Amino acid sequence: MSAYLQSFIGGALIGLAAAMLLLINGRVAGVIGAVGGVVDGVLGRIDGDFWERTAFVAGLLIGPFAFLLAYGALPEVTITGSLPILVVGGLLVGFGTRLAKGCTAGHGVCGLARLSTRSIVAVATFFGVAIVTVFVMEHVL
Amino acid sequence: MRAARIVAALVIGTVFGFGLTLAGVLDPATIRNFLDFFGPFDPRLGFVFAGALLVSTAGYLFSRRRREPALGGGFAIPAGQPVDQPLVLGSALFGIGWGMVGLCPGPAIAGLTLGLPSVFIFTVSMLVGIAAHDLWLGRRVAGEAVA
Repeated sequence: MSAYLQSFIGGALIGLAAAMLLLINGRVAGVIGAVGGVVDGVLGRIDGDFWERTAFVAGLLIGPFAFLLAYGALPEVTITGSLPILVVGGLLVGFGTRLAKGCTAGHGVCGLARLSTRSIVAVATFFGVAIVTVFVMEHVL
Repeated sequence: MRAARIVAALVIGTVFGFGLTLAGVLDPATIRNFLDFFGPFDPRLGFVFAGALLVSTAGYLFSRRRREPALGGGFAIPAGQPVDQPLVLGSALFGIGWGMVGLCPGPAIAGLTLGLPSVFIFTVSMLVGIAAHDLWLGRRVAGEAVA
């Protein structure tokens, strides 16, 4: 399977998960919403969707193991970045997606599918800023 | 019905996590090389989004013809919320972090399974960022990201 086809099929499965969550549970498949619900639960604020969100997050962790069973190995990854980059990057991703009420999943995969104006603005903003960030880090600094 | 919703969410999350892994986005280099037009450009993230949007859009269009989701409870789809400052500021902050490391929330969680200290440090920092936001602003995030 070519790398492009593999990425396309992987993406289609992500879209399938988003479609299933909407058609079965009636919910938008936002990863940051689910993870945020788990964090809020740990902080003592448990609401009616807590276990549903926790189950979705647990599934995200089971998914790679299902991949391991099917293909015999997990993918090789290259993660560069010093400790400060990892910490600051993580803080910005957590805080920013929560403030924007959505990430690449909620705004990207789900919001764009229904042509939400908010999601189009969010996606254009985070893609634009990320492109500038990579350019500055790789070609300016 | 409640147990069925939880089981469905678990299975759907697993499909999502499998898809992320197959798509190659657990690797931050896939993301950063897509974002770097002046470096070793890698178009694969474009194929990931194309596949995801194709199926997600079909699912959304189908949902428009249904009165209720399969397990009831209505469709919780955000609507009528304005483009506001938190949306743009939050997306910009996310864009900086995403560009710096190459991980967004889904791959950050699924990538924990790889057992790499660097992913663990990033993801724990992300959880701290979420907690900081929710404790500071003191409100539950409703709408866009319900899952």
